[in-house]
Amino acid sequence: MAAVQVIRSEWTKIRSVASTVWTLSLAVVVTVALGMLISALSRSQFDRMPARERLNFDPTVVSFAGMTLGQLAMIVFGVLVVSNEYSTGMIRTSLAAVPQRATFLFSKIAVAAALALAVGMATSFAAFFLGQSLLGSHRTEIGDPGVLRAVIGGGLYMTLIAMFSMGVASMLRSPMLSLGILMPFFFLISNILGNVDATKKIGRFLPDQAGSRIMQVVPRVDDDTPYGPWGGLGIMGLWVVAALTGGYILLKKRDA
Amino acid sequence: MIELEGLTKRYGEKVAVNNLTFSVRPGIVTGFLGPNGAGKSTTMRMILGLDHPTAGDVRIDGRHYDQLKDPLTYIGALLDAKAVHGGRSAFNHLLCLAQGNGIPTSRVHEVLDTVGLTAVARKKAKGFSLGMGQRLGIAGALLGDPRILMFDEPVNGLDPEGIHWIRTLMKSLAAQGRTVFVSSHLMSEMALTAEHLVVIGQGRLLADTTMADFIRQNSRSYVRIRTPQRERLLDVLHEAGITVVEAGGEALEVEGGKAEPIGELASRHGIVLHELSPQQASLEEAFMRLTAESVEYHAHSETASVPRDWGADWKGA
Repeated sequence: MAAVQVIRSEWTKIRSVASTVWTLSLAVVVTVALGMLISALSRSQFDRMPARERLNFDPTVVSFAGMTLGQLAMIVFGVLVVSNEYSTGMIRTSLAAVPQRATFLFSKIAVAAALALAVGMATSFAAFFLGQSLLGSHRTEIGDPGVLRAVIGGGLYMTLIAMFSMGVASMLRSPMLSLGILMPFFFLISNILGNVDATKKIGRFLPDQAGSRIMQVVPRVDDDTPYGPWGGLGIMGLWVVAALTGGYILLKKRDA
Repeated sequence: MIELEGLTKRYGEKVAVNNLTFSVRPGIVTGFLGPNGAGKSTTMRMILGLDHPTAGDVRIDGRHYDQLKDPLTYIGALLDAKAVHGGRSAFNHLLCLAQGNGIPTSRVHEVLDTVGLTAVARKKAKGFSLGMGQRLGIAGALLGDPRILMFDEPVNGLDPEGIHWIRTLMKSLAAQGRTVFVSSHLMSEMALTAEHLVVIGQGRLLADTTMADFIRQNSRSYVRIRTPQRERLLDVLHEAGITVVEAGGEALEVEGGKAEPIGELASRHGIVLHELSPQQASLEEAFMRLTAESVEYHAHSETASVPRDWGADWKGA
């Protein structure tokens, strides 16, 4: 079966370059360490928080605080997996070996997404348990309503953000251009658009804003978000499908 | 067998490959010759399905490239030795290509051995010299033990030892009955390796012929004569039925003739000769004449139409 061969080939590719190891390790370390730091700080500062913030206090979200930064490493992973082919010229060798471009692209994305899922899940569970252990009396339990969903959701969120980056990199080909757009977008612009009143209504449909809803357990006071946790993840999924479709159409059409 | 039919590639207004029709036959080395920018690499990329033709068709053993199951087992190609991820080891580079085409890992070790890279198999490709990179590219082409091999300018930038190795390899691959299609911009290189010749210029087919025919048709041999008794010699040669052309300066040329009868004739009539030399126009000159009109980047726009006595008065000075 041809797809199985190509998946094996893509697995060899992904495990044999250093960028895979350092981007994914960075994603784990940054997400978990920063989550632990914020958890420890929240515990010591809890009594000094304003009443409204105490009401909204969501221990699960607090332990995931490192994801804002950790997702950037996931973005780099997703971008490099695809754009490495172009920046090195390997794409011509790869497409000569696997001329069915759909098989080539989707095998690559399947392998990279599976790896991102494994790392994302491990990161999410580690960030949760280690974060909770530092929250003391403000902690929550994995068995509490909605918590397991949020922790699994955290792993899915990291996977989807990597997949979205793969789609964008398939369209843009250049690693510098892809990172130059994705990094500031997810680190700054999306947050601004999602939190400023004027743009909030549109901003919360952006992939990361919608997707991160799944990690919330405690409902916000006067929350008027028009989608639930899975709905939000679904919106993010649609962004991923759109990015990958765009990437595939361009790959199919373009000369290598 | 590779068959091209009316293959055309346009980039906007510019035509890179113009209505190419020819076949590459098995069992021989076919040279694909053309000046830089003639469209050789574009043609090869279209054969591999990397670039989409604007018009026309190219088939390998009757099928389009993307219809081949495990294409590396049909056709192996070295287009650009740098088309490798530098951070990956030579072994892993070949392994991922092998796995994608259902080729066993043992074959990776075999081809590494064939090209002499076994010792550096675990080293990252970015540390490789040009010659080693070329060998890795050739290992990739040989990986699927294909019936057809295609090399784009394989000797470019190699040292003499590397060039010799590639020539020998190509000949031995053809001797095994494989189809070998190799491009070059150097006629001298082709004359050493190719049996059949396809010449293109500005994307158009200029010649599709055997090497022997090409040499016969294009290598002009003549005898060059200089004498102070020019008029007398002209008369004598004319009487003997030998056609003479007046070349630049005081030289005369006899097309396709031998030097001996002319010398004897001059001696019989007591004519003094200052020069009597058999000349052979090189294949390189023949190739340059053929492609002269189609060369895209002229160093000087008039070089193609230099008169035969160009520089004669300068030489005399």
